[in-house]
Amino acid sequence: MASETTTQKYEPGTHPDMEPPVLTSGPVYWLKENLFGSITSTILTLLSIYLLYLIIPPLFDWAVLDATLNASSRSECQQAGDGACWAFIKDRYLLLIYGFYPIEERWRVDVSFILLLVAIAAVLWDAMPARRHFIKFTIAFPFVAAYLLLGGEWFGIPTGLEQVTTDQFGGIMLTVVIGITGISFSLPIGIVLALGRVGNLPVVRIVCVMFIEFIRGVPLITLLFVASTMLNYFLPPGTQFDLLLRVLIMVTLFASAYMAEVIRGGLQAIPKGQYEAADSMGLKYWQAMRLIILPQALKISIPGIVNTFIGLYKDTTLVVVIGLLDPLGIAKSSLADNRWQGLSNEMYIFIALFFFVCCFSMSRYSLYLEKKLHTGHKR
Amino acid sequence: MSTIQSQTAQSDAAGPPVTGNPISRIWNNKEARSVIFQILTIVGLFAFLAYIGTNAVANLEKLGKTFSFDFLGVPASYDINQHLIDYTSQSTHARAALVGLLNTLLVAVCGVILASILGFIFGVLRLSHNWLINRIVYVFIEFTRNVPVLLHILLIHGLVIHSLPHPRQAISLWDEIFFTNRGFYIPKPDFQEAFMFTVIAFLIGIVGFIVFKRWAHKRQEETGHIYPVFWVGLAAIVGLPVLVYIVTGAPIEWETPKLGRFNLRGGMVMIPEFLALWLALSLYTSAFIAEIVRAGILSVSHGQWEASMALGMRRSRTLNLIIIPQALRVIVPPLTSQYLNLTKNSSLAIAIGYMDIVATLGGISLMQTGKEMETMMMVLAIYLVISLVISMFMNWYNRRIKLVER
Repeated sequence: MASETTTQKYEPGTHPDMEPPVLTSGPVYWLKENLFGSITSTILTLLSIYLLYLIIPPLFDWAVLDATLNASSRSECQQAGDGACWAFIKDRYLLLIYGFYPIEERWRVDVSFILLLVAIAAVLWDAMPARRHFIKFTIAFPFVAAYLLLGGEWFGIPTGLEQVTTDQFGGIMLTVVIGITGISFSLPIGIVLALGRVGNLPVVRIVCVMFIEFIRGVPLITLLFVASTMLNYFLPPGTQFDLLLRVLIMVTLFASAYMAEVIRGGLQAIPKGQYEAADSMGLKYWQAMRLIILPQALKISIPGIVNTFIGLYKDTTLVVVIGLLDPLGIAKSSLADNRWQGLSNEMYIFIALFFFVCCFSMSRYSLYLEKKLHTGHKR
Repeated sequence: MSTIQSQTAQSDAAGPPVTGNPISRIWNNKEARSVIFQILTIVGLFAFLAYIGTNAVANLEKLGKTFSFDFLGVPASYDINQHLIDYTSQSTHARAALVGLLNTLLVAVCGVILASILGFIFGVLRLSHNWLINRIVYVFIEFTRNVPVLLHILLIHGLVIHSLPHPRQAISLWDEIFFTNRGFYIPKPDFQEAFMFTVIAFLIGIVGFIVFKRWAHKRQEETGHIYPVFWVGLAAIVGLPVLVYIVTGAPIEWETPKLGRFNLRGGMVMIPEFLALWLALSLYTSAFIAEIVRAGILSVSHGQWEASMALGMRRSRTLNLIIIPQALRVIVPPLTSQYLNLTKNSSLAIAIGYMDIVATLGGISLMQTGKEMETMMMVLAIYLVISLVISMFMNWYNRRIKLVER
C-alpha cells in the first residue's frame, strides 16, 4: 500500500494536498518533545508542576487576593485579611524614594532624575537625534546634578538654591547617586589601572597589581568601615570630610579594581599583531591605545564591564551598615515603627523588585549590545 | 637619490637627530622617559605614604591614643551567640576575634559546599531539554542574581524570625528535628568508645579503595578490562563502616531536643542568623555558579560528544571521561572568584547580628577599645590571608586539571 502511494503518478497540477506527517508540529508534538520526551523528563515535568502548585497559588493569595492596600497600621491590615499588607509600602514609598530630602525641595531630585534619563539615553541610544550635542550634556551632567542636589554656596558664590546636606540624602535617590557616580568614575580609573598592569613599566605595574589585589582581597564592608572610622586619621588634623564623599570614593575605588581585571582580560585577548601593527604605523602609545587597542579590548569586555556595573549597583545596599539611609536603611527605620513592626517581608520584597528591574534591564541591554557590536565571524 | 642615501647613512651613524635643548632630547628618548616616569611614581607614592603617615601620627597624638595591640589581652566583656570554642564574656578580645574568625570560616565552608551542589544541579537543569524545568530554573537564577545579597540575607532572616512558630508550637519531624523561630534543633550525637571501630573501618575503606583504584587502572591499561570502581568504592567507603557500626551495636547515643518551659533544651541548634546567612549566601552564589557551569558545558564542542559516541562509549562514561574534564578547565577560574566572593560576602553577617570576624573584632571590639587603626588593619589582613589561601588552593587545582600541551 505504501509503495503504491509513492509510485502513484499525477498529471501536472492535479497533485492532491497531503496531510502533514503526524506529530512533527502542533501543540501535542511540542508537549511530547519538550515535556514528556523520556521517563526522566516526564518525572521532572510532574515534579515541577507539583512545585509550582505548591508555590504559586499561596503566593498569589498572599500578594494579591488577601492583600490589603488601605490601612493605617499593621493591626488594621490583619483585621482586613491575612495576606500582604501593601498599605505599609503605600505609607512609606515617598520616604523610600527621596529619603529625608526636604519635601519642598524634592522637585530638584525629580529634575535631576529626568536629566539623568536624557544623559543616559545619549549614551545608550545611538539613533538619538542630535546625539553629539547630548553627549556633551552627558559629560556635564555630574556637575549639573551635584549643583541641583546640593545647592547652597559653592566657593562662596551663592547658587540660588537652598543648601541640602548630604546626610539628608536617602532612599532610592541615594542608591542612584552612589551607583551612577561609581559607574561613571570606575570605568576610566579601571582602564588606567589595567593599562598600568599590562604595560612594561615595572614600578607602575607593581603599584597597580598591589592596589588591585588588595582591593579584591577584602570585602567592601571592611573598606566602608575604613572609610567611616579610619580615614579621618590619614587626613590633616581637624579636617572634616563628608561621609557620603568618603563612601563614594571607596565604592569607586572598589569597583575600579574589579573593572581593571575585566579590562585586562580584554587587553590580553588582543593578538600581539595589533600592537605591532600600531607600532609600525608610527603611532604613539596613547594614540595606539585610543585608536587600535582599547576599542577592541573594551568591546570584548562588555559583558564583564556590565556585570561589574550590576555588582556595583547591588553593592550600594551595603552602605546601610555604616548608617547611610539607602532603601534598606529606610526599611530598617520604618520597620522599627510601632505601627508597622514585623512587616519585613513586604518591605524587602518591594525593594528586591526595584533592584531586580534595574539589574535585569542592565543585563538585557548588555546582551543587546554584544549582539550589535559583534562584527567578527559568527559561528 | 644618492644624497638621500648619504643623509640616511649619516643620521644612522650619529643616532637620532640632535635638536632642541637637552631636556627635550631626554624627553624624546623612550627609555629615559620610562625611567623618569617610574622614578616619579616611586617618589609620588612615598610622598603620599609619608603624608598620611605623619597625619596619622599627629591625629593619634591629638586624641591621646597609642598604636599598640595590647588591647587584645583585655577581657572582651561581650557575649557571642554562637561559639565553636569555649568563650565567655570574660575571655579576651583575641579570643573573641578567634571565635569570630571561626564563625566566618564555618559559614564560608558550609556556603561553598551548598552553593557548589546547588549551582551544579541548577546549571545542569538549565541545559535540560525539558522546557518547563528549564524555564523554572531560568526564572529562579535571574531573580536570585539580580537582587542584592544583603536583601536575600534580610529576607530569609525575616522569614525565619517572623514566619516560623515559637518553640512551644515548634514544627517537628518525628519529634527529633524542630523548626522554630529561635533556630533549627537537631539531635546531638554522643559518641561512645566502640564508635572507634567505625572510624577505623572508614579509614580502612578509603585506603582499600585507593589501592583497588590503582590496581584496576593498571589492569585496564594492560588488559583493557574495566572494573566497577565506583561500586567497589561505595561498598568500601560507605558499606563497610555502616556494617561495622551495626555489628558493634550502634554506639552513638542521640540526645534529642526536649521542650522545656520556654525553649527547647538539649540537642544541637542552628541559630536563625547562621541559617539565614548560610542559605542566602548559598542560593545567591549558586545562581552565579549555575551560569558558569552552563557556559562550561556548552563550551565543549558537540563534536566531542559525537566522537565519544562513535567510539561506542556510554553516556555516563562520555560525561566522566570526555565532557567534564574539558568543561572543568573553563569552569574552575570563574568558580574560584565565586568562592572568594562568597567568603567576602559572609562579612554581611553584621547586618543580622551573626558574630563573624567583622562583627566581633571590627565591630564591638573596635567600639569598646577605640582602636580603629589596629582592629581594621587586623580585619583587612585576615581577609587578605583567607583570599590568598583560597586562590592558592584553586590555582593548584587549576594547574592539575589544565590541558598539558607539548
